[in-house]
Amino acid sequence: MSSDQSSGYLPRDRAWQPPALAPDYKSSRLRSPRQPLLILPTTLSEESGPVFGHDVIGPHDDDLIHNCAADGRSALGPRILVHGHLRDQSGRAVPNALIEVWQANAAGRYRHPNETYIAPLDPNFGGCGRCLTDGDGYYRFLSIQPAPYPWPNGPNSWRPAHIHFSLFGEAFAQRLITQMYFEGDPLIPLCPIVNAIPREDAIDTLIARLDMDAALPMDMLAWRFDLTLRGRAQTYFENRPEGL
Amino acid sequence: MTDDDTRHESPSQTAGPYVHIGCLPNWSGIAGVYAEDPGSRLINADTRGERVSVAGRIFDGDGAPVLDAVIEVWQADAAGLYPSPVETRGAADPNFAGWGRIATAFDSGEFRLDTIRPGRVPYPDGRPQAPHINCWIVARGINVGLQTRVYFADEADANAEDPVLSSIKPRARLDTLLAQPDGEGGFRFDIYLQGERETVFFDI
Ligand SMILES: [Fe+3]
Repeated sequence: MSSDQSSGYLPRDRAWQPPALAPDYKSSRLRSPRQPLLILPTTLSEESGPVFGHDVIGPHDDDLIHNCAADGRSALGPRILVHGHLRDQSGRAVPNALIEVWQANAAGRYRHPNETYIAPLDPNFGGCGRCLTDGDGYYRFLSIQPAPYPWPNGPNSWRPAHIHFSLFGEAFAQRLITQMYFEGDPLIPLCPIVNAIPREDAIDTLIARLDMDAALPMDMLAWRFDLTLRGRAQTYFENRPEGL
Repeated sequence: MTDDDTRHESPSQTAGPYVHIGCLPNWSGIAGVYAEDPGSRLINADTRGERVSVAGRIFDGDGAPVLDAVIEVWQADAAGLYPSPVETRGAADPNFAGWGRIATAFDSGEFRLDTIRPGRVPYPDGRPQAPHINCWIVARGINVGLQTRVYFADEADANAEDPVLSSIKPRARLDTLLAQPDGEGGFRFDIYLQGERETVFFDI
């Protein structure tokens, strides 16, 4: 069997992705390039990417309830399980992909040097975690429900509750950072960061669904959040003559 | 979309001002969760190749340094081989990670990358590309991570025949991708998000 590695990745659909400049999101005004992006075919530089093994993942990295807590303690807030399926645009599972997450605590406060919100820190919550997708592209981690928080965009701007996601695929071209929102949050349609995404159906794909089938009775609720990375322009050719 | 089976990529969202919590927790003051921050060591004592450092800042449209960005780099080893399963031309240096992650300093905006000079990697048509470091920049205010490349100003011959650099118009913008020797053995690479000197960013 040979595979076609030179076909590159599908171009990013810029009508589906948020534009660089979204004026209602004030920080984008001075940080958005104004020249058009230079369109290039992917080369080996973009079609390759780092590989992360299980050796880099610690045993509690996927448990934000406990990974920064004192012995015998746990983070405050509603306990949640977040899980989903990572696939590429052709629907193929992406196995062994590193997913990194970060979030505010149950009071809406981040553990960060630049954080100024008056809500309290939780001494037993760090807010960072990571996991690898399994051989079939599925991931899961445990955390607490983050709260909404105010931010200095407009006179009265609040972020909907969210978890930040960073995703690696097989290629540097697939690199993606996004945010997961929670079904039913009334702040979602008010958020300029969310609304930087031009299409309602695109926004909808970032809203996790309550998943009662995966909830752990008397323990934690579950949220289902599936993700899609860029796919190859052509999928593998089987039985292709060598040398072509 | 031409193919019914083709799905949409998940929409990107800004990494926000607290990206460090998830990507560089130790650097941001969260100790004890990860033994070390991901991407903090590209090279070790046994890595083959010429040591180079690339330092710089990222400037916004007002000329102010961006104090909360994270830059990821991905590059070939000294022989031009990527430490990746899709690399079919040979085995990359086992002492070279290829991938690194750095932040701009909260006070000065300065970043510094310690790595090796990469070798040359072929373009899809087989022509050699000039040595380059692939960069991906995320920060508050950046909705989709920005892709650019660091080339080296002292690689004049290789740069002159590089297929990517050759496609840049007007040609003056090419200079935005050249790291300049700083006179002390390192390289300087400043990134401009907007304005006269706006860096060339790619849709690759
Ligand atoms: Fe946030």
